[in-house]
Amino acid sequence: MSFELGDAWFRYPRSDDSALRGVSVEIPAGSHTAVVGPNGAGKTTLARLLLGTLRPQSGHALFEGRPAADWPRREMAKRVGVVAQGGPPVLPISVIGFVEMGRNPYVRPWAPLGEEDRAKVLSALRRADLEELASRFVTELSGGEVQRAKLARAFAQDPTVLVLDEPTAHLDVAHEMEIFRLVRDFVDAGGSAVTITHSLHLAGRFADRLCLLSDGRLEAAGSPTEVLRSEILSRVFDWPIEVLALDHAGLAGLHVVPVDPGRDPARPVEPT
Amino acid sequence: MRSSRSRGIGLLGLALLLVVAMSAALAVGPANLSLPEIWMALQPAASESPARAILLWVRLPRIVAAALSGAGLAVSGVLFQALLRNPLAEPYLLGVSSGAALGAVAALSLGLTVGPAGVAVAALAGALIAIATVFRVAYAAGQLDTRVLILAGVVVASFFGAGVMLVLTLAEGRAARSALLWTMGSFGQASWQMNVALAAYSVPAALAAFGLSRHLNALALDEESAAHLGTEVERVKKISYLLASLLAAAAVSAAGVIGFVGLVVPHAVRLLWGVDHRYLIPMSFLAGGSLLVLADAAARTVAQPLEVPVGVVTALIGVPFFLVLLRRGYARKPL
Repeated sequence: MSFELGDAWFRYPRSDDSALRGVSVEIPAGSHTAVVGPNGAGKTTLARLLLGTLRPQSGHALFEGRPAADWPRREMAKRVGVVAQGGPPVLPISVIGFVEMGRNPYVRPWAPLGEEDRAKVLSALRRADLEELASRFVTELSGGEVQRAKLARAFAQDPTVLVLDEPTAHLDVAHEMEIFRLVRDFVDAGGSAVTITHSLHLAGRFADRLCLLSDGRLEAAGSPTEVLRSEILSRVFDWPIEVLALDHAGLAGLHVVPVDPGRDPARPVEPT
Repeated sequence: MRSSRSRGIGLLGLALLLVVAMSAALAVGPANLSLPEIWMALQPAASESPARAILLWVRLPRIVAAALSGAGLAVSGVLFQALLRNPLAEPYLLGVSSGAALGAVAALSLGLTVGPAGVAVAALAGALIAIATVFRVAYAAGQLDTRVLILAGVVVASFFGAGVMLVLTLAEGRAARSALLWTMGSFGQASWQMNVALAAYSVPAALAAFGLSRHLNALALDEESAAHLGTEVERVKKISYLLASLLAAAAVSAAGVIGFVGLVVPHAVRLLWGVDHRYLIPMSFLAGGSLLVLADAAARTVAQPLEVPVGVVTALIGVPFFLVLLRRGYARKPL
């Protein structure tokens, strides 16, 4: 078990409502788990508890059996690579300098990188297809390139787990596919990944398990076919949503289609 | 990416610059000593010469004080800019200088202490009170909130600034003038004793800052990313704040308020050699030291026998240089 939340509650200081209300979830090693849910459902808070940057006020959040917030950050960073949300980079450094920061947990803060570190950085750049951009400034990259650079930096940490918070926000279809493919390859090569995303159909295609959060609670968890169901999604997102099983020219998967009540033929939401 | 070779050459060049600046500063002063006289006076055989006494007991302590203060202020600026992620951050932003100024001005005007050492101690006490107050306000539940830090710092600075005004208003003429001169900054009171204290303070603090280099690089991204890259964010922020404040406090206690060095030297180094703290810190240390040594040499020679406040000189020579750099830097690469 890489991550484990047990009846975890969290309320931000100066907030009246709990962001998470008793969430229990287990994230097994070697799988790709997607965390989905409406805006404000508590997805990012959940990731912060998993990563130990926040500590639950009650319940527990464990990484490899130990409270996540008790891990020395350096040891955590050797195991878990994170692609966090956040605006475009403002620090004028090169892509390779940015990716080299992924070696921070392995080198002394004042020392130069060693041979092995350099090799890991180059292989991370190659993996994210950034070799040609290595000497460009991160401040000059497009949105998709920035996300790839963040992913490369996480790869350079040589992690066993990736945690990604909306890695494909603002990206076009191709770049979205590219990121999910890279994460899937990472899992297929023996890693684990937790991806927070709003792309329900890509979550369904690339993840082994889905956790659906709503209003700080875990509404559903399981395989894509168990979670991506019309009645569940319609209720949680408070919007009529159809789920179509897709089987077309060798493409298989679930297609999540929000209904436009003004135009689409009315179809009552199935009672749960 | 600046190659590590160009940065290595830059580091060497700045070290050389500091040596050259210190040597040149040794050669200028009111007592008109020619270069051969200086050379002779520095030979071991010349232990009795008056020229030797001037060099070793008047000029050199002053040069060393300028070098140490400039180096400390520049490193302090680097740390504040990294901690607050604000390019306008500088050693005096958060009240260190105002606290020190109030301490020193009160001591000078009210006749509470005698001698430069007493003034330095009073200044240090004022600076430490300001540092502790700001820290106490911004530090809650194990976290240092940098937004609160900056606001608390600016407000505490205003408060102590008002205190300085009040004391100056109430002080009688002569004392008020010496107090006012103190706030402008000068190395006129430098002594070996003070330099030992200054070095004992600034050199370890600068080394400790260098020891945080990669953590500061990560913090420059944002605090959350830094945590995910293995940095104990709160610990590093706390240490950085204390190191930066103590470096500023040491410099301001020794020499009064000398602006500009801590703001502009780090930016100039960044524009020339990039943002990696492993180079930024030692380079700023050397460049800050060189700038103040040169500025002080100019301060005591350009208007002889008067002495121009060294802070005026740093601004007058530094600003045009920096503007050119800024213009070229922005034209070439994004900051």
